[in-house]
Amino acid sequence: MSKQYKNTDTIRAGLKKRYAREKRFQFFGIASIFISFLFLLVLLVNIFSQGYPAFQQTYVKLDVKLDGSAIGVSKDSSPEELFKANYSKLIKNTLKEMFPDVKGRKQKRALKRLISKSAAYDLRDKIIENPALLGTTQSFWFLAKDDIDVFMKGDIDRTLPEADRRIKDFQLKWIDKLLAENRLEKRFNTTFFTAGDSREPEQAGIKGALIGSLLTMLVTMALSFPIGVLAAIYLEEFAPQNNRWVDIIEININNLAAVPSIVFGLLGLAVFIGFFGVPRSAPLVGGLVLTLMTLPTIIIASRAAIKSVPPSIREAALGLGASKVQTTFGHVVPLAMPGILTGTIIGMAQALGETAPLLMIGMVAFVADVPQGILDPSTVMPVQIYLWSDSPERAFTERTSAAIMVLIAFLVVMNFIAVLLRKKFERKW
Amino acid sequence: MVTAMTAITATTKEKQMTDQRDSINDRVANKESESNAADNRSSMDDIHKNEEFDIEINGTVGKPFVDNAKMSSRNCDVFYGDKQAIFDVNVDIGNHEILAMIGPSGCGKSTYLRVLNRMNDTIPICRVTGEHKLDGEDIYSKKMDPVLLRARVGMVFQKPNPFPKSIYDNVAYGAKLHGLARTRSDLDDLVEKSLIRAGLWKEVKDDLHKPGTGLSGGQQQRLCIARTIAVDPEVILMDEPTSALDPIATALIEELMIELSGKYTIAIVTHSMQQAARVSNRTAYFHLGKLVEVNETDKVFTNPEHKLTENYITGRFG
Repeated sequence: MSKQYKNTDTIRAGLKKRYAREKRFQFFGIASIFISFLFLLVLLVNIFSQGYPAFQQTYVKLDVKLDGSAIGVSKDSSPEELFKANYSKLIKNTLKEMFPDVKGRKQKRALKRLISKSAAYDLRDKIIENPALLGTTQSFWFLAKDDIDVFMKGDIDRTLPEADRRIKDFQLKWIDKLLAENRLEKRFNTTFFTAGDSREPEQAGIKGALIGSLLTMLVTMALSFPIGVLAAIYLEEFAPQNNRWVDIIEININNLAAVPSIVFGLLGLAVFIGFFGVPRSAPLVGGLVLTLMTLPTIIIASRAAIKSVPPSIREAALGLGASKVQTTFGHVVPLAMPGILTGTIIGMAQALGETAPLLMIGMVAFVADVPQGILDPSTVMPVQIYLWSDSPERAFTERTSAAIMVLIAFLVVMNFIAVLLRKKFERKW
Repeated sequence: MVTAMTAITATTKEKQMTDQRDSINDRVANKESESNAADNRSSMDDIHKNEEFDIEINGTVGKPFVDNAKMSSRNCDVFYGDKQAIFDVNVDIGNHEILAMIGPSGCGKSTYLRVLNRMNDTIPICRVTGEHKLDGEDIYSKKMDPVLLRARVGMVFQKPNPFPKSIYDNVAYGAKLHGLARTRSDLDDLVEKSLIRAGLWKEVKDDLHKPGTGLSGGQQQRLCIARTIAVDPEVILMDEPTSALDPIATALIEELMIELSGKYTIAIVTHSMQQAARVSNRTAYFHLGKLVEVNETDKVFTNPEHKLTENYITGRFG
């Protein structure tokens, strides 16, 4: 008897070891998930804590005497004259009146730098809109200069010795006076979302880069999705099997997926800009280059998705008399769509965060205007982040982090749309 | 290659079953296979040493040809790459008859079935030769469109394979594809008629817009039959349609086949000899890619002409 059941003992003896192995594996799994979450949390907390002040901006209230004669215009001046007038003089005069004891070149310059340069343009726009304001005195809220803004957000310590501060004692006195008169206020920073890039941090916004990224992504999507999916469908469903040329194409696609992205940038420079004359720095050429980069990812993922559609579905459709194309587009592609979309979103997310190939085609540039179309010069978000992180002004630090937050939000929205689409296509069989 | 392997294992299985039989005729063979039982399982040579299955096949015995042939094949050879799967099959399928094809796994009966609606075209390495006719038209000629052929010769597969769509869309798909229904109400009627004929209407009439994949296995297979007859084909090919189903669902589908034979010509591949005996008019026995015997079903199961056929059917019953 005992001989007959000797296997039971052998199995029992091995059980403890097997369970231990299982436990160990689970522990490693949980540990690795925990560590990844920890890193993610550290990253997000770091970015958020640095970036959230950028969503606030300090404004200064000034009672500007709109003295037309001082700048040579009147209510009846033509819009052109109104446009050309020197409005910063009005602001300078107002500030001089508010702080009459300012003396010396240095202090005068500092006084001018309480208010952002954009104040003059704001004033101009308001007067062109309503010339009747000339001759009256009006209260306006203007953007504060970045140093004042940084101070208001508590990033400059007034207890430090004067030489170590960017805000000197006389400036502190002005700020205190403005505060006492309730002329300083922190508001939600709409400029950050409505303006393009600027050398002045308080005027710099993400909109140019955001629109640039959006246009570039649209070009990339519009080209790489249909080309990639159709290539995958052809290779998987229609191409002759065991054909030497098909094999060569396959190997090349797989190799392209591993090519460093800057090489695609060089190719884009040589072919799209050099040969075809596509305007440089434009979302069109950026999208073309990123399409080249994204295609292998989409093709490989789509082929895997198409391959995983059970052959019984193809047979069912063919058996009913559906043609090859009807079978492919009526059954195989819809069933493969979730997988295809997953591949596409991976490719697009990669493209969204890419800077290296864009270096080559002139998208790493200071572009202050918000692009109006795919042929306008523009920049993209990762490039904007890089440019800001390179700027010396303290106020750009927080804007860098804020831009990263916007980029992440963009990515989340993009992924969310893809997940929704995938849900829509997901079916059981 | 895969087909070859399954052929070997299946033949071994058949033999083992046959070995269990204790008939006087086969005593000699029994002794031999018992002594070699272990070796026989793995070695092809040993299988061929076995007398029972080493009987030579010289053409098809019985009555492979009929007067009112709906479909016919002459000199049919099928190759998968270099390997030949079917050797010189000559057979007719009569109008409105049910022809059952039986034989061990890998004997080529499913392959032959797929010859009849050119489903083998989808396998790149597969090559079909010989002359195959539907109502006297060569189905492998350049003039014959495979899409039209498959609309005329429908197919029901071994594993129920409804589309991941609603029951309604499953049935309506073929009709929509070929433009068989002009209006929405025509289509509704067609779907209803097909589901009634497939015996599924009562069960699903309130759930027409639920997914077809949510049905039970037997219902799914009847849905697939409904889908096939919605196109109103002339011939229906069934490849082991009940192999994945329980006996009750099987009985339902067998009843259905007999009913449908009034209107359609049916060729069915089956592993169940009882099924072949119950539903078919004629039975064809395939062995290692060769058509051994075709006869009236009664004759095949009571008085087979060929020794191989006898060995096969008695082995199963024993």
